[in-house]
Amino acid sequence: MTGQERSTFLGRTEGLYRRRKAFDRVMTGAMALAVVLAVIPLALILFYLLRNGIPGLSWDFFTQDPNRPGKPGGGVRNAIVGSGIIVGMALVIGVPVAIACGVFLSEYGQNRMGAFVRFLIEVMAGIPSITVGLFIYGLVVANQGHFSAFAGSLALAILLVPIVARITEEMLLLVPRSLREASYALGAPRWRTVLRIVMPTALPGIITGVMLGLSRIAGEAAPLLFTALGNQFYTTDITQPMDSLPRRIYVYATGPYDYWHEQAWAMSLVLVGIILVISLAVRALFGSRVTVRQ
Amino acid sequence: MTHLNLSPVRPSDEPLPDMLRETGGASAEFAHAAPRPMPEGTPIALSAHNVGAWYGSKKAISGISMEIAKNAVTALIGPSGCGKSTYIRCFNRMHEFAPHARVEGTILLEGADVYAPGVDPARVRQRVGMVFQKPNPFPTMSVVENVAAGLRFMGVRNRAEISDRVEEALKLAALWDEVKSDLKKPGIALSGGQQQRLCIARTIAVEPEVVLMDEPCSALDPVATLKIEDLMRGLAERYTIIIVTHNMQQAARVSDYTAFLLMAGDGAGHLVEYRSTADIFTNPHDKRTEDYITGRFG
Repeated sequence: MTGQERSTFLGRTEGLYRRRKAFDRVMTGAMALAVVLAVIPLALILFYLLRNGIPGLSWDFFTQDPNRPGKPGGGVRNAIVGSGIIVGMALVIGVPVAIACGVFLSEYGQNRMGAFVRFLIEVMAGIPSITVGLFIYGLVVANQGHFSAFAGSLALAILLVPIVARITEEMLLLVPRSLREASYALGAPRWRTVLRIVMPTALPGIITGVMLGLSRIAGEAAPLLFTALGNQFYTTDITQPMDSLPRRIYVYATGPYDYWHEQAWAMSLVLVGIILVISLAVRALFGSRVTVRQ
Repeated sequence: MTHLNLSPVRPSDEPLPDMLRETGGASAEFAHAAPRPMPEGTPIALSAHNVGAWYGSKKAISGISMEIAKNAVTALIGPSGCGKSTYIRCFNRMHEFAPHARVEGTILLEGADVYAPGVDPARVRQRVGMVFQKPNPFPTMSVVENVAAGLRFMGVRNRAEISDRVEEALKLAALWDEVKSDLKKPGIALSGGQQQRLCIARTIAVEPEVVLMDEPCSALDPVATLKIEDLMRGLAERYTIIIVTHNMQQAARVSDYTAFLLMAGDGAGHLVEYRSTADIFTNPHDKRTEDYITGRFG
C-alpha cells in the first residue's frame, strides 16, 4: 500500500493512528528496559558467584570438615549435610501444617474464623526471621538447656508456614468451581472432593509454593544463630548443635582468612546450585502434569 | 431476538406487553400449569410439589409443581433467568451450594423425600446425576479414571467391576469406539463434544435413576449436539432424563414432555405450561407459551 492510499483509507483518523503507534513503541521500549533492569542483578549475582565460587570447589571441600581456624584446607561437609538435615526437617514439620492451613482457608475459611486465621498468617509472614529465632530460643533452647538442630528446624518451619499456606490457598481457589460441582454431583462428600479433585488439580501450584518456601528458608542464617547455633564438627544428631551453610557463610565471609572468603563464595555457589537443582528436578517430575485453568 | 425486561421495576409510562400485565395473583396468572401431563398410571420417577428456591432474599423460582415420568425425557424451556437451572438443581440438592440458598416445598424421589431430615445429600446425588453446561472432566484424570471417579467415590474397589462398568458407561455414552485405543489419555485432551460425552459416561457409570442435564449442548457445535441428542433418546430407555435447554428445537427433538417456565412480575420463575411435547408445540394452551415457541420473544 502506498502512503497516499493508506492516508485515504484511514482518512481523518490518520493522526490518531500515528500517535497510537508512537505511544505503543514507547511503552514497548519501556517494558523491555524494565525487564533488562530486573535481570541485571540476577546476572551479576550468578556471574560473581561463578567467578569467585568455582576456585573454592574441590573434592576436599565436599568431603572434609573444617580445619581449626587459621589452618588452610579442609571443607564444609558438616555445613552441607547440616543444612540438608535442618531444612529437610523443617519441610517435614512445616509443609503438612501449611497445606492443611491453606486447605482450611480456601475450602472452609469463607467465614469469620477463616478471616481471623488469614490475618494471623499475614502477621506471621511479617515477623522478622531473627525474631522467630529468638522465639524458639526462648521456647525450646532455653527450656532444654542446649542448642539443637531440631530447634533450628522449628524456627525455619515457622518461617515456611505462612509462605506455603498462602500460596496453597491461592492455588486451591484457582481450581474452577465447575470441577467441584462435577465431583459433588457424582455424590462425593466435601472432604473427598477436596482430597481427590481439588488438591490434585492444584498440585503443581502447591509444589511451586513449597519450592518457594524451601528457597526462602534454605538461605536463612538469622533464625539459626540462636537455635541450631553451628558446629565445627560433623554431626547428624538432631539434638545437638549443627552447622548450616548460611551460618558458615556468615562466619567465613566476616572472618580474617582469605581461604575462608574463598570457601564462603564456594558455599554460596553450592547453596544456589542445590536449590536450582531441586527446583528443576521437582519441575521435571511434576511439571509435565496436565493442568487446566478454565 | 429481542430481550424483554421482565423485572418488576419497569418505568410505568412504558406499555407492558399483554403477557406481562399483572392479572391478579400469581395463581391466576399461571392457571395452565398442571403438574401432571402424562396419562394415568405412567410411572413417576420424581415428584416436585410447590417448590420455591431463594438466593438470599431473592426468590428465583416460586411454587413449581411437576411430576417427572420415569424413563422419559422431560425438557424445561424458557428465557434466561426464568429459574430452569435453579429448579433442577433443587432435585439433586446442588442448589444448597450457592451462598444463602434456600429451598421450600417437597421433592419426592421414588416416593422418598429428598429434603427429609437425615438424608445425606451425597446419597441423593448418587441417585440423581448431573451433566453441566460446560464439559468439566477432571483435568488430572485419564479417560478411564474420569468415568471411574464416581464409582471410587461410592467405595467400589474391585478392579474388574470398575473396568466393566467403565466400558459399559463409555459404550452407553457412544464414546467407546472413539476412545478405546487411548483410555489412558487425559480426559481434557478430547474434543469438546467428546468431553461432554465423557461427562455423561461419568454420570451414568454410577447408575443414577435420574440424569439432570443443564444445557448440555450449549457449548458444543451442531454435529456434537446432534450426537448428544441421539444419545439422550437411547439413555431414556434406562434413565429418567430432565434437560434444561434454551433451544426449543432441541426440546422438540428429544423430549417426551416439555415444561415452559417464565419469570413473573415478582421476579421469580413460575411454571406456565407443562404438557406432552407434541401437544405443547402444536397446540399450546397458554398465550405466553405460544408467543415463546413461535419466537415472538425470548
